[in-house]
Amino acid sequence: MNLEYTSSEMMSVTAARALENGMTCFVGIGLPSEAANLARLTHAPDVVLIYESGTLQTKPDTLPLSIGDGELCESALTTVAVPEMFRYWLQGGKVSVGFLGTAQIDRFANLNTTLIGDYKAPKVRLPGGGGAPEIATNAGEVFITLKHSKRAFVKDVDFVTTLGFGRDGKGRDNVPNIGKGPTRVITDLCVMKPDPETKELVVVSLHPGVTREDVIDATGWEIRFAEQLESTPEPSENELTILRELKARTERAHAGE
Amino acid sequence: MAEFLSLHDAVARYVEDGATVAMEGFTHLIPFAAGHEVIRQKKRDLTLIRMTPDIIYDQMIGAGCAKKVIFSWGGNPGVGSLHRLRDAVEKGWPRQIEILEHSHAAMACAFEAGAAGLPLAVFRGYIGSELPSVNDQIKFIECPFTGERLAAVPSVRPDVSIIHAQRADRQGNVLVEGIVGVQKEAVLAAKHSIVTVEEIVDDLGATPNACVIPSWAISAVAVAEKGALPSYTHGYYGRSNRFYKEWDAIARDRDTFTQWLDDNVFNVAQHHAGEKA
Repeated sequence: MNLEYTSSEMMSVTAARALENGMTCFVGIGLPSEAANLARLTHAPDVVLIYESGTLQTKPDTLPLSIGDGELCESALTTVAVPEMFRYWLQGGKVSVGFLGTAQIDRFANLNTTLIGDYKAPKVRLPGGGGAPEIATNAGEVFITLKHSKRAFVKDVDFVTTLGFGRDGKGRDNVPNIGKGPTRVITDLCVMKPDPETKELVVVSLHPGVTREDVIDATGWEIRFAEQLESTPEPSENELTILRELKARTERAHAGE
Repeated sequence: MAEFLSLHDAVARYVEDGATVAMEGFTHLIPFAAGHEVIRQKKRDLTLIRMTPDIIYDQMIGAGCAKKVIFSWGGNPGVGSLHRLRDAVEKGWPRQIEILEHSHAAMACAFEAGAAGLPLAVFRGYIGSELPSVNDQIKFIECPFTGERLAAVPSVRPDVSIIHAQRADRQGNVLVEGIVGVQKEAVLAAKHSIVTVEEIVDDLGATPNACVIPSWAISAVAVAEKGALPSYTHGYYGRSNRFYKEWDAIARDRDTFTQWLDDNVFNVAQHHAGEKA
């Protein structure tokens, strides 16, 4: 069958497939939230989704615009205070995976959501750290999803808001009580994983129709490719239908008021 | 016991120029009516604390109330930047402000430590982050039992905390429901506190483990109907996503913003979100 889909849909479906039943996922707003809910509505109905606003095991019917939309609370098993969320549930080791987006990411998967340019005289001021700095270190592992571009994928981030593997790839070495860190990065072009030794991100899978040159052109460092480079499986008809329905429901809900 | 005051009188009494003020509500129950009252009374030189200074602080910063903002995520959720915050930080309009930024975990722990009467919060955080290089209030200490290196930040102890809640009973006990954020912690950490509510009722209808703040832990209760708009009050009204989107265009331009303030904050009888009709 010949399915038509966009690169954004390919990214969301691939990101969703990274989540499995049995995982407890601390979900970032935006693309991670879209992917996590798609997973819950398709192959992983029992995945536990947690948002930093305190909503535990939430099952929103539409995607939230903000991290604290009422829908998240109303469809949650329970809602706890924000200090409890960060102290007991995240720091306490109850989260198996953190799912994050970012404005900028570098070759060692460090994330920058603070600013572009110099701290004292920023070219672009971004929102700041939010929950990410502690999600990235206290969750068992981290998935990252964002669109691929030279602006986003830089050799060294302007500011390390959130630790990937540090400026030298050794940022997690010998640190006690720290998660594995980023284990995969899912973009609209490919999937990347950190090299087991150097921790530098390596392309392990290209999405259908994407070439090595496409990835090289959209990456701000000399990106390496795995020897056994795979082709990412296409989205299924069911995944696309459910994703499109989810997005249509969300658009209707947000347009209303 | 909490005193029942009008919102005007509560703000006039407890929010002094130069005060440290925390207005909390984690994307829910954001005390917009109180924020507008602070703007109307032209309070100045405030240190504003808030985990997520969304458009309520954008409005207060643009109106010239703030000299410093302490926060952990500053944006218009799902929409984009806070243009008034950026204009103040980058161009000094209407005045230069100082910012001090944390992570959510740090601020949540700092509010909790403030409520607990401690001078600092200790947590496992900021590992590998460069935020400590731009915020001298982030330190690291060694656990005296295990030797583990842990992050430490000073507790949050505001002069006054302001929150919005669903309702109070006639004694001034307050029920907070839904996403409760750090509201209880903010009230307990502060020297004084103002709670605005949708309504006063005979019986709170609270279940045994509900989030209830006793009257004797609150300075003032003020009725502010729809006081959280354009954010929402669980069980009363929904979030005006439309206004959050409209705000982007309003806040982008100084003149448009100033006109909006005149039309929707200075020259109004009753709080409303400020949407275009």
